[in-house]
Amino acid sequence: MSAAYGKSAPVRGEEKSAMRIAIIGNGITGVSAALSIRRLQPDWEIVMISGESSFHYSRPALMYIFMGHMSYKDTKPYEDSFWKKNRIDLVRGWVTEIDAAGKSLIMHEKDPILFDRLLIATGSRSNRFGWPGQDLEGVQGFYSLMDLRLLYENVKGARSAVIVGGGLIGIELAEILHSRNIHVTFLVRENSYWTNVLPIEESRMINRVILEQGIDLRLLTELKEIVGNDSGKVRGIMTGKDEFIECQIVGLTAGVSPNITLAKKSGIKTGRGIQVDWSFRTDTPDVFAAGDCAEIVTEGEERNLIQQVWYTGKSQGRVAGEVIAGGQSKYDPGIWYNSAKFFDLEYQTYGMVTNVPAEGETSFYWEHPDHSRSIRIVTKDGTLRGINVMGLRYSHRVCESWVAQKRSLEYVLDHLGDANFDPEFYEKCEAEMIKEIRKQAA
Amino acid sequence: MEQNTLNYDFDEESLGFEEPDKAKAKPLGFGEKLSLAVLGFGILMFALQSMGMPPGGTWAGFLLVFFPVLFGTAFYFYLSFKGTVPGIKHDNIYFRGITSRGILGWLIGVVFTGFYIALYWFPEYLAGGIKIVNPLSMALTGSPANNWFFYGFLYTVAVLVFGVRMFMKYRHNRYQKIRTASVMFFQLGFAFLIPNILMLFNQPEFYLSYFWPLKPEYLFPGTFSYFVNHPGGLGMFLVFWGAVMSFVATPILTYYFGKRWYCSWVCGCGGLAETMGDQWRQLSDKSKKAWQVERWVVHSVLVFIVVTTVLLWINSATSGAVFGEASMSLKKWYGFYIGAIFSGVIGVGFYPIMGTRVWCRFGCPMAAILGIFQRYLSKFRITTNGDQCMSCGNCSTYCEMGIDVRAYAQKGENIVRASCVGCGVCSAVCPRGVLKLENGGTFKDRFPGADKPLGALVDSLKNV
Repeated sequence: MSAAYGKSAPVRGEEKSAMRIAIIGNGITGVSAALSIRRLQPDWEIVMISGESSFHYSRPALMYIFMGHMSYKDTKPYEDSFWKKNRIDLVRGWVTEIDAAGKSLIMHEKDPILFDRLLIATGSRSNRFGWPGQDLEGVQGFYSLMDLRLLYENVKGARSAVIVGGGLIGIELAEILHSRNIHVTFLVRENSYWTNVLPIEESRMINRVILEQGIDLRLLTELKEIVGNDSGKVRGIMTGKDEFIECQIVGLTAGVSPNITLAKKSGIKTGRGIQVDWSFRTDTPDVFAAGDCAEIVTEGEERNLIQQVWYTGKSQGRVAGEVIAGGQSKYDPGIWYNSAKFFDLEYQTYGMVTNVPAEGETSFYWEHPDHSRSIRIVTKDGTLRGINVMGLRYSHRVCESWVAQKRSLEYVLDHLGDANFDPEFYEKCEAEMIKEIRKQAA
Repeated sequence: MEQNTLNYDFDEESLGFEEPDKAKAKPLGFGEKLSLAVLGFGILMFALQSMGMPPGGTWAGFLLVFFPVLFGTAFYFYLSFKGTVPGIKHDNIYFRGITSRGILGWLIGVVFTGFYIALYWFPEYLAGGIKIVNPLSMALTGSPANNWFFYGFLYTVAVLVFGVRMFMKYRHNRYQKIRTASVMFFQLGFAFLIPNILMLFNQPEFYLSYFWPLKPEYLFPGTFSYFVNHPGGLGMFLVFWGAVMSFVATPILTYYFGKRWYCSWVCGCGGLAETMGDQWRQLSDKSKKAWQVERWVVHSVLVFIVVTTVLLWINSATSGAVFGEASMSLKKWYGFYIGAIFSGVIGVGFYPIMGTRVWCRFGCPMAAILGIFQRYLSKFRITTNGDQCMSCGNCSTYCEMGIDVRAYAQKGENIVRASCVGCGVCSAVCPRGVLKLENGGTFKDRFPGADKPLGALVDSLKNV
């Protein structure tokens, strides 16, 4: 397949004549961009390149493969025939360098791929903070199919594991190892799980869930050193308190960073991520970057914008595709939302809810006496800023519109039932929530 | 780039992912072991008695088999789930042979299929088992057990004990609990006790929970005249009941609740699929091709039944002058190919191979009619929660009807599909709280064009 792209010269010229678009990465950003481009430019050539998998799969579903909930095939959001039907050519291989001036991608053991416009959607990579022993056999992150394969190797003969880093991937890794009856010790540097994002009450609900499963949760505990045996394999870790914990697997899940290796090597401007404007243009003509790997340079803001969740990858990709296809779109981050599941506890968030209320914000909170459900409503100057729900399902559209329309707390409470998205027959707790929150507001 | 990344060449497409290594498995608890031992005792008793050992054929013999089987299995399920935290229990489904078309799965498929072949064509091979349930048959129906009584009894036992399993598995989910209780109730009462007790009072055996076209004979002229002329007036009521359920209740209930009011709450075929079949729901084919085949086959069966019914009535009205024996042979043909082979042998026999709703999806004429109503004239829909879908595929994987739920959810669209039986499992397994089964205020807002159901029907015919 690659030969065809290497040998025929790409059509260059005006906006309207058929262009060849190359997309590095077949994750949700690359795919969303490809579909945008196809929608707007029915005749353009689209080539999507990945070294990780032959077809697009859902990265958040990796864990379900390992637990036996789904086969790999089930994680593919589109039938294989979809790509051919939409004339999106798929190339399996690694790009080793981007020759931006020559408009060509240098491939590992494959002919180069020529392009008119390029989207880099290389995603993230797991953080490693230079811990002693982090390169030992048995140490890994959990982000890609490569990591999944590695976990298959590392799990052989393993009886116990230590997970370092209290975020979303850490708890997923804990859950899937636990499903193989591996004893898991979970090190969290802070005083409670994921408290750099979640308020303490929600965080404590998750602590409880983790402990209930039989995971050895160690709060306020840091990794000092990973200890190996003579053959270079992990045999345990040393905590900051100089306690030795025996294990055969160490999961390093202290967050992810933009995967910029390729862009940096190829001379495209990078900071923490590949630096782009609000239309995902890099400093290099005809080269775009979007999704986890991109850092949107903001004017006048304190920090540039890096977003690394599924949903932002999807919408950034969509916009980047529109721009590449010749449109004038600009990315609008919109009203933040996210969701996760911690073992069996579901979490959804809409708008801005920070771990500690910001200046001028008021936080109202209700939790079910059995700790199975909770809701948090944050207001500022009397209007809604954000909502967190745990163990409850709330409607994205309803919550989003309340935040967008800056609804008052009273309005939100009067209409709270409209947002409930729980399955039929579920116990409705809105009456108690409203009562408690009114009490707190009084 | 790192060399080991460049060297990565695993072919996930052809090799897939097998079961990862497992640390030492937790041993079964004492209660679980005891339950299994009790079940084993019941099965042993069954085997011995069906070979003619005493006390086969007596109440003592019956209880020695089914008391241990019922309670052993039910307690085993109860205990094995009780020790876990409530939540989705799908670990290892794709690693166990029994649930992923392994040797054990095929073996069970062969046993099930063999049972149906014996049931329909060689009931003499079941004589040993039939004898064991004889005391119950005498008590309930006043006559000796035959293969159909035996089958109905085993079917009901399966729905009840696996209902306990379903109940425990989804004990965090009230929709599933209530729905499971409903199918257990209708199987035990409407599909087992009532029809059998009717026979005790010399009334026709009648299933209040099955109607034309699923039980086409209920509206065939032969049955009709038999019921109407039956002394005591109950027969007249049953004919009336059947007609009202088919032509009045079905459209109205489907308009308000979708076809789920029947398919996953009342129907016995659904009842077995939703209880014993739950562990095989992921095996349904989700491909577009399968969807195409499904639409052709299921609607052909419906057309066939409508034609047969009409022909039989014309035949009856004209005393056979018009079609002679032709309509009768259509009726026999249906009974054999559709009733026996499709709904029994393939429908249940292939559970561990093709998933649990093969009959409901590809063959059931009732599901076809309900589906047409649901698709074009019902308030029921599955709504998608904004953009929260992350395409993981749990919903599609666990859809027993083979609907690619994710294809809609990832676009933020409602799921309005004729085949959806409303079991609610897609919503239950969704890790992001995206799916919700709803009876909306109107049928018009479910999808673009839904306000003109006839137009939507015509449009969809263009895509067959």
